Amino acid sequence: MEAHKNIDLPQGSIEKRTTTLNIGPTHPATHGVFQNIMEIDGERVVSSEQTVGFIHRAFEKLAEHRNLYQITPITDRLNYCSSPINNMGWHITCERFLKVEIPKRVDYLRVIIMELARISDHLICNSIVGVDTGAYTGFLYVMQYRELIYEIYEEVCGSRLTTNIGRIGGFERNFTNTAFTKLEKFLNEYPKVLKEFESLFTRNRIFMERTQGTGGITAARAMNYGFTGPNLRAAGVDYDVRVANPYSSYQDFDFTIPVGTTGDNYDRFLVRNAEMWQSLSIIKQAYEKVQSFKGAEAEIFHADVPEYYLPKKEDVYNNMEALIWHFKIIMGEVHLPKGQIYSAVEGGNGELGFYLVSDGGRTPFRLHFRRPCFIYYQAYPELITGGMLSDAVVTMSSLNLIAGELDA
Amino acid sequence: MALTNIFIQEKLVEKFGDQVSTFATDTDILSFETLAANNLKVIQFLYDELGFTFLTDLCGVNYPDQKDAEIVVVYHLHNFIENIRVRLSIAVPVEKPDVFTASKLFESANWMERETYDFFGVNFIGHSNLKRILNVDEMDYFPLRKEFPLEDQTRIDKDDEMFGRG
Repeated sequence: MEAHKNIDLPQGSIEKRTTTLNIGPTHPATHGVFQNIMEIDGERVVSSEQTVGFIHRAFEKLAEHRNLYQITPITDRLNYCSSPINNMGWHITCERFLKVEIPKRVDYLRVIIMELARISDHLICNSIVGVDTGAYTGFLYVMQYRELIYEIYEEVCGSRLTTNIGRIGGFERNFTNTAFTKLEKFLNEYPKVLKEFESLFTRNRIFMERTQGTGGITAARAMNYGFTGPNLRAAGVDYDVRVANPYSSYQDFDFTIPVGTTGDNYDRFLVRNAEMWQSLSIIKQAYEKVQSFKGAEAEIFHADVPEYYLPKKEDVYNNMEALIWHFKIIMGEVHLPKGQIYSAVEGGNGELGFYLVSDGGRTPFRLHFRRPCFIYYQAYPELITGGMLSDAVVTMSSLNLIAGELDA
Repeated sequence: MALTNIFIQEKLVEKFGDQVSTFATDTDILSFETLAANNLKVIQFLYDELGFTFLTDLCGVNYPDQKDAEIVVVYHLHNFIENIRVRLSIAVPVEKPDVFTASKLFESANWMERETYDFFGVNFIGHSNLKRILNVDEMDYFPLRKEFPLEDQTRIDKDDEMFGRG
């Protein structure tokens, strides 16, 4: 009798030792539209190939036909877990390019919003890592604080997920008292929640065993793969755009950059958690600085850039100059200076860069988004090969891949 | 010694002579050009000698009016230790957009080069898997080239009834 033969194969065919498994494009384990074609031997991943581009929307082409202010809503749809950072990143790029001087109060208000966005981004990522290892509680529990963050966005700009927050030069309106009250509520209540969230996971034995030693990468490989953000810091490189190339007055704040050592899923989780504490501290400092402005200074919420900042509606109706600027901005009749710029901000999952080339026209000649997760997702096969299939799922969620950003 | 733009420029000129050109420091980043045949040599030199070990970004730009230099490939390199960035660009003709791949030096260049191929048709010589990445495989043109304009938003000859604008 022939040993170990499962099925009778037709003559001439080769018996395949591994199984091909398609995960995605839509699958509960992928948290987004990703396809992975994996070769698995039992439960071990032998190789994998990713297909991306399922929600490609040609943002770079669209941007070549839009005025600067019309590009902001496009950036919302990159990393939609932290769209305010993308919006601000775009505004800061434009302001650097146009050499606009931004008042300090605007910078600090922006820092508050950006750090809130970072918290909500890390919160989702970390709690999803929890969900994928079988702990749903944390995810449900922190959701109400993401809701509170969204309420603050709502109070500032009127929308929640795709925020389109702010304008070139500042904010569309000053922060309301309700916004500050909600911010205070967040600052008071969130530390306790984060503490509890951490105690649910950090020393949880099941969680540690699932995440430690899986999906690890060395610092050198991570740099070679173009990792940025928490994923790079988890591997031990202390690179953070907020410190390396400060924008929006980040040099005025006192904070540390948490780093890991092994670059595995557990370190990524710890780095994100530690960053949330740092973000909280930055928000507190920024809020104190905002409160320290008195009198007329406390009312400043935008810079003086009439060419790009929409005037107030009542001025448009009563003031000739405001009417002219309103018309010119809306119809996109403002010409950009010639030149090119690369400007980056620290996004939720890494260095979000904007490469803007202008030939002096009304729209960018070319706009390229440096999307962090597009670049580091190519390391995924290296991270999971040789590991278990169930670890591959955790690795994917702990990389903080956002399909909207990946596919641009 | 702290690495400065001037120092980088001197080193590059010393090594490559007039094959590196058009140095500019607009908006703080040192940008310069080199010949397409030289791109790997220059990147390797920056990597080995000047510590630019991080490829931040790689993308294409199409200038249809530049004769024989229609497609430009732009590299953004970063030296983490000195915290300084440079921008290197190379131009190739649209009829024969051949560029040597940087993916052997930087793993991160792999997908960025595929993306540049996908949108501009740049042929990266030596790339292990040069195929479309964001667009469908069946696509037979390179959409970010300027010869493909988006639809004029003011056109009125279209039947818009289906979209509630008719």
